[in-house]
Amino acid sequence: MATTPNPQANLTMTSTPVSETGAGSLRDRLFHPSTRQKLLAFASLLALVVFFSIANDNFLQIDNLVSILQSTAVNGVLAIACTFVIITAGIDLSVGTMMTFCSVMAGVFLTYWGLPIYFGIFAAIFFGALCGWTSGMLIAKLKVPPFIATLGMMMLLKGLSLVISGTKPIYFNDTPSFPQISQESLIGDLIPALPIPNAVLILFLVAIAAGVVLNKTVFGRYTFALGSNEEALRLSGVKVDFWKVTVYTVSGAICGIAGLLIASRLNSAQPALGQGYELDAIAAVVIGGTSLSGGTGTILGTIIGAFIMSVLINGLRIMSVAQEWQTVVTGVIIILAVYMDILRRRRQ
Amino acid sequence: MIKRRALNIALGLSFAFGASGIAQAQEVYIPLVSKGFQHQFWQAVKAGANQAATDYKVKVTFEGPETEAMVDKQIDMLSAALAKKPQAIGFAALDSKAALPLLKKAQAAKIPVVAFDSGVDSDIPVTTATTDNKAAAALAADKMAELIGKEGEVAVVAHDQTSRTGIDRRDGFVDRMKSAYPKIKIVSIQYGAGDQLKSTEVTKSILQAYPKLKGAFGTNEGSAIGVLNGAREMKRKVVIVGFDSGKQQKDAIRDGQMAGAITQNPVGIGYKTVEAAVKALKGEKLPKIIDTGFYWYDKSNIADPKIAAVLYD
Repeated sequence: MATTPNPQANLTMTSTPVSETGAGSLRDRLFHPSTRQKLLAFASLLALVVFFSIANDNFLQIDNLVSILQSTAVNGVLAIACTFVIITAGIDLSVGTMMTFCSVMAGVFLTYWGLPIYFGIFAAIFFGALCGWTSGMLIAKLKVPPFIATLGMMMLLKGLSLVISGTKPIYFNDTPSFPQISQESLIGDLIPALPIPNAVLILFLVAIAAGVVLNKTVFGRYTFALGSNEEALRLSGVKVDFWKVTVYTVSGAICGIAGLLIASRLNSAQPALGQGYELDAIAAVVIGGTSLSGGTGTILGTIIGAFIMSVLINGLRIMSVAQEWQTVVTGVIIILAVYMDILRRRRQ
Repeated sequence: MIKRRALNIALGLSFAFGASGIAQAQEVYIPLVSKGFQHQFWQAVKAGANQAATDYKVKVTFEGPETEAMVDKQIDMLSAALAKKPQAIGFAALDSKAALPLLKKAQAAKIPVVAFDSGVDSDIPVTTATTDNKAAAALAADKMAELIGKEGEVAVVAHDQTSRTGIDRRDGFVDRMKSAYPKIKIVSIQYGAGDQLKSTEVTKSILQAYPKLKGAFGTNEGSAIGVLNGAREMKRKVVIVGFDSGKQQKDAIRDGQMAGAITQNPVGIGYKTVEAAVKALKGEKLPKIIDTGFYWYDKSNIADPKIAAVLYD
């Protein structure tokens, strides 16, 4: 994997006009492997929605759909953060506790120091980027394997969150506009029938931004190249370490946004929360067709993956399926999704 | 291929719970959203709720997040529960403030909320079914005093310093000792997060620091097991009083390593929660707090049917 360039990766990587025109007819395009993967994931999501709608009348209600969207926001943003790292063939186990750390820092700025709300938003994103940068430096410069470096960060940040907050939640009661970040609904103000909370709007904005960055910028191209053939990239004179650190920094900043979303939704920074969330995020990325061996992946896939997970859990709850079975089904779906992906690759 | 996958998923789903079926419109449905799910304690609460569901002919479901830190997951559960348009709802809040918007929604939809276990910090719930933890811990203090001859050094290993149960059990024990037994001195109060291993380490350091220690109180299952392990590893003979049950704790009480423990009535908590919800739906007046009771148990009464019924493995 490290020595032979992955053809699939190159296809996704060079999303320049040359390869787009090469796709040819609509038929070719539909059966283009990366399109097919997206279609498959999307079809599964649709199948789930249809299944649950038929199974229980309460599923396809505006209120419930809004809850699904809202419950996807945090995991979706975390999964986007993970997508960047996983495309480079890295892994980030610290996204969950990093998110928590960022929300605690927002709490420190807003509640402890009484600063205006913009400082809180800045703090969350800044400290996320700082943590990501630290992980990146550990991995790129000190050559600590990503799994270990981010495992360490996971614990370190969990501990720091508890220490800084004094193991108690920090409430944002003095900043009444803070809960609005995720709970208010700009869309609902325009179209009262669709009270989609801002958290969801932010998820989609982050997704679009991440998609553009990944596909249309030098940074994005290097992200894919790092995952498919780091050595070749190094030999062609690219500052590999610099770009790797940048990937982790960007990923950290996105975790900061997730930190804002969750803190704003709960109107508090909950310092003990966060562990376990990294696995949900990684699962969403993997269901979305991003390979853990790096070089491939799309933001759209990740978003669909995140929605598959939340639709599944919500639907099973609405059907009053026993909780232990909900977990079993989620596990089966993850394995199934990854197996389909392997089948597809093998056929190429 | 797409079809096949969709079919697979559909088949898988219907296979897993084909029989569980769809709630009938006329049936009274009461979902319980709890603070936990995997611990034996919560399973016992669930068993009580199911018992009441059979007795009152209603349908209940029971859900809770994996850990007590997952406040947002609990909110997702509560919001899915509300989406099912239940007649009433049982709720044990991890963070009352975070759940407030949804509780208000329930109130607006005229869905009565019954709080259980540690309750909900709001006036929305029609009642709260819970253990009087202060009184329960005071009983533990009385038993401890009796066992050590009403004098000497005692320590407390508590599960945490922020949750309602943690605070009440610690204070209930300490206050009782101070007011009723002047010759007993509480030399150390430490916290082990309810984690067996952490509580073991905490206990060992206490035993190390106080060689004359006569007794130790562990404020929940994990803490009590920790105290037990700590004393065993240090080969020290102290009077150990625990809280809740669980297989290890019951075994230790049977073979005399632990003097005894206070048990809450988790089955009763679940039962009374559902019962209160049914009564609320009938428009009956409910007290602000429903005490679900607690018992002291030791070697002598552990097999007593009344006690055995509320203990869990």
